[in-house]
Amino acid sequence: MAKKSPTPGGAPLGARRGWAGLPFLTPGTLVLALFVFVPLVLVTTYAFFKRGRFGGVVYTFTLDNFARLADPLYLNVIATSIGTALIVTVLAVALGYPTALVIVRLPPKWRTLALVAVLLPFWTNFLIRTYAWILLLNNAGWINQGLQAVGIIDEPLKMLYTQPAVIIGLLYMYLPLMVLPLYASLSSQDAQLTEAATNLGSSPFRVFRTITLPLSVPGLLTGCVFVFVPAMSNFVIPELLGGGKTVLIGNLIRDQFLKARDWPFGAALALVLTILLVALIFAQQTASRRVTEGPRERKVKRNA
Amino acid sequence: MRRASSPHTPRPQSRLIRIPFWFTYVFLYLPILVVVIMSFNSSKNLFVWKGFSLQWYPTVFANEAVMTGLRNTLIVATSVMLLATLLGTLIAVGIHRYTRGGLVRAFAIAPALLPDLLLAVGLLSLFSLAGVTLGLHSVIIAHVTFAMAFVTAIVLARLASLDPSLEEASRDLGAGSFRTFMKVTLPQLAPGMVAGGLLAFTLSLDEFVIAFFTTAPTTPTLPIAIYSMVRFGVTPEINALATMLLFVSVLAVIGAQRLTRVTDAL
Repeated sequence: MAKKSPTPGGAPLGARRGWAGLPFLTPGTLVLALFVFVPLVLVTTYAFFKRGRFGGVVYTFTLDNFARLADPLYLNVIATSIGTALIVTVLAVALGYPTALVIVRLPPKWRTLALVAVLLPFWTNFLIRTYAWILLLNNAGWINQGLQAVGIIDEPLKMLYTQPAVIIGLLYMYLPLMVLPLYASLSSQDAQLTEAATNLGSSPFRVFRTITLPLSVPGLLTGCVFVFVPAMSNFVIPELLGGGKTVLIGNLIRDQFLKARDWPFGAALALVLTILLVALIFAQQTASRRVTEGPRERKVKRNA
Repeated sequence: MRRASSPHTPRPQSRLIRIPFWFTYVFLYLPILVVVIMSFNSSKNLFVWKGFSLQWYPTVFANEAVMTGLRNTLIVATSVMLLATLLGTLIAVGIHRYTRGGLVRAFAIAPALLPDLLLAVGLLSLFSLAGVTLGLHSVIIAHVTFAMAFVTAIVLARLASLDPSLEEASRDLGAGSFRTFMKVTLPQLAPGMVAGGLLAFTLSLDEFVIAFFTTAPTTPTLPIAIYSMVRFGVTPEINALATMLLFVSVLAVIGAQRLTRVTDAL
């Protein structure tokens, strides 16, 4: 948009700011304020109140909900959530990075197809995809049938309702969210840089280590946040594939709200989750800014 | 991959990198393949293939829980599609034209990035405090909040790629703001709006966590019905249902993809 140019025959574009935007902006912002902002504020305040005897909230200020979090039981759940989400994120990088790298270098026709193929499962029903893993991981499922047929194992492996099953399920669910930002980041890199390095005699590995990888760090960090954040709070996969044995913070929050009916404690847990995630996103943005701006700053200093 | 060196030919890469690449696709499609194949299984056993049969497809339509869920879901998804497209488009145009800073933009896109669980417990708290009885209307409101963020993102991407001189030309020729918007801006936005709407529809169709918190037990959506089926006794008809849903989702995604490059906006 040529923002500053005055439109002849009308008011200058600058004057279109102010009241003229209200009919466009008001309905949406009202909905967002009422149904996103207010609910989040509400949950935050609930965390500082007492629970009612039969559920509900008694409006007496207390910090008990946060004190309860120090219980090893709950600390353990938080640690398990972080640990599980970390493993899932690392595996997503291990699979997603090479995948994105190969996709970027495919001929254009195949590139789009390969990218859509990564995304397609993501747009199919989340419960169905989880259920599919029940079929695969079950004692009588395809993986065990296959392994037994080949003769690698005699007894079926117990895979369903274990921690690894939860990790596989979460990885399956969020892997596309790693490939996508990595693809965007890798495909926007200037091909001439790698070519120049190759022409100057760098080995493919050295080109990757000194050019491709550092330039893709912002995309990589975005992918990590995209995978880590939902993996940490998912409660359906731990329940369906973990058999309820792996309890993540999402399960705990769900149970406090719907089963124990202890909303203030559930709210405190939700608040802790939010703080963790906001801190993570903040760290990601700082890190990615440092990566993109760092070299330039250093160069400026050297030249000065 | 191995063409001679034109300026943009990628350098050759180690073949080893192809292993994780192919593994990703096997990993992504194996579960889907299993479900689709087993949906044509004539056996009642979920794991043993006995022969080809279409028997599970009609039973899906005889399943009352599934049909109730489907009806509820279609009501919700259609309403969400219309409302989210309207609100998302308006706010995108408003942001694009009238705001300088990124604050409103960040506010409008945030619900798409927010963990669904937080939105779910927040909305449950709000509805409970305001004394709103839960039902399909509360699910619709809840789904609109995050679906409209996706519409906003897509329409904003479309707006950024439009040529502003067309609007200026329309004004120069004497059309008022309203007429310019209806005759020039809106038609150009239409593909983005349709893509956003389709996306909103698909997102609402599949959404489970928020619906789980904001609906009444008497009005389950399809994902909630599936969740109960998976938790309490899986029958082979779920494979048939899954296959049909996969088919519908794939069609919707391909449709949205053709209209605009959804992948760019997300």
